[in-house]
Amino acid sequence: MNHFPEAWGRPRDDVYGAYNSSYLQTSGPKTHTSSPAVTGTSVIGVKFNGGVVLATDNLASYGSLARFTDVKRLRSFGDKAVVGFGGDVSDMQYIDRLLESIDIRENYSTHGNMLNAKNLHTYLAKVFYKRRSEFNPLWNHVLVAGFDGEGEPFLSSADLLGTTFSAPHLATGFGAHLAVPILRRVFPDEKPIEEISRDQAVAALKDCLKVLFYRDARSLDKYSIAVITKEGIDLKENEQLEGQSWAFAERIKGYGAQTN
Amino acid sequence: MFRNNYDNDAVTFSPQGRIFQVEYAQEAVKQGSVVVGLVNKTHAVLVGLKRNAEELSSYQKKIIEIDSHMAIAIAGLASDARVLSNFMKQQSLGSKMTYGRPIPLDRIVSQIGDRAQTNTQHYGKRPYGVGLLVAGVDEAGPHLFEFQPSGLTHEMVACAIGARSQMARTYLERNLDKFHDCSRDELINHGLRALKESLSQDKELTVDNTSVGVAGLAGEGTKGRFESFKLYEGQETVPLLEALERSEQSGTAEDETMEDS
Repeated sequence: MNHFPEAWGRPRDDVYGAYNSSYLQTSGPKTHTSSPAVTGTSVIGVKFNGGVVLATDNLASYGSLARFTDVKRLRSFGDKAVVGFGGDVSDMQYIDRLLESIDIRENYSTHGNMLNAKNLHTYLAKVFYKRRSEFNPLWNHVLVAGFDGEGEPFLSSADLLGTTFSAPHLATGFGAHLAVPILRRVFPDEKPIEEISRDQAVAALKDCLKVLFYRDARSLDKYSIAVITKEGIDLKENEQLEGQSWAFAERIKGYGAQTN
Repeated sequence: MFRNNYDNDAVTFSPQGRIFQVEYAQEAVKQGSVVVGLVNKTHAVLVGLKRNAEELSSYQKKIIEIDSHMAIAIAGLASDARVLSNFMKQQSLGSKMTYGRPIPLDRIVSQIGDRAQTNTQHYGKRPYGVGLLVAGVDEAGPHLFEFQPSGLTHEMVACAIGARSQMARTYLERNLDKFHDCSRDELINHGLRALKESLSQDKELTVDNTSVGVAGLAGEGTKGRFESFKLYEGQETVPLLEALERSEQSGTAEDETMEDS
């Protein structure tokens, strides 16, 4: 037996050879996250008459590997707001804990939770900006949905730099390229949100999710969708994309082993 | 000669279970000039009687705006009040900055309550020698809180602190049920009346010594939910004092107390 404690619990040198410690970083600067590890893809959202809909798929990818297929990326805050997370999943879980503790603190107030979606969005943008200023960003792009102080439907985004943006329909990640054009076609700028019904908004988001599943290689056909209205949050977390048609795929040329 | 052995610091109890330094601090509040606060279902009003140190000096400020939705009225050591009000301004600004919302009144009041309490439990510290009335409006409506040097805070419907404030409190107690549904102007009027009750014989309310502050919910058809805090001082108090005089002459409101005195 080897009586030197530093060798305990290690493979025996005489059997396996000396441990190659060059794999371990022993010196050098302290580093922060410089790229996300386990990631979620797009979040998409639309305002309609009397509320907001938010949707994500349930996938957490590890690089290009579809690693976790039942990750809930929509988190509700109280009964007034929902946050949809794209980007790093561990940072999402960290932010979720932050929101949890705020929710608990808020509810100790005698008048209950008074933070609305707009307040929440302001807060999250500040958190993102603080962390990026410390060169230790939270690697997310989020959509916050709910109601503002005037009781109007609210939808806005915040990203890892603390940049904020709001529009009647929004998408993060790949969705910003694939879903936004679809949403702009269905709900043109000149169409006021008062003319968009809940069913239209939900249907449009489902269409977008389908297109994203067709074309975004980091997406999944299992998704979550949250409808936020004055009555509360209707959150469904185990939905399946219906009516897929892959016929278009036949016509796609120019990939992989295919040469002509 | 009798000497109190238990008042050398704020951390030692007397055998009777009292903390004398805290009680002395409460005496300092009673030396300050009177301030009155009251709320109805839409507004919170602060009214204060300003004092000047001498004939040729300016009057000491009694009402300090913390943010556009709230203010404090002070009785006691004004310099201690400045410490507290600066802290409250910071907290309020912090809430606006991080959440984009005006800080809820109960939140900021419990924060100053906690601060004042720690002063009564650490050796070498002394309690704040000031009492506050905190009035303002938040998502839950208008509020009035009383703050004491002991760190005790209460939400109130109406309250008066400072020298001779008992007279003002008596007026408020007698007319309590009239406040809830009255208008903004009537609420100010009640506040001024309560203030006037506590004046000594040789004094009266003037444009120089009267301060009035109002926070409240915005009326119908206005932008934003809150009307921003309004402080009336100097010439701006003229219409309010005239309204006070008119209501006393016509006896519209509550003259029971007038007959008493």
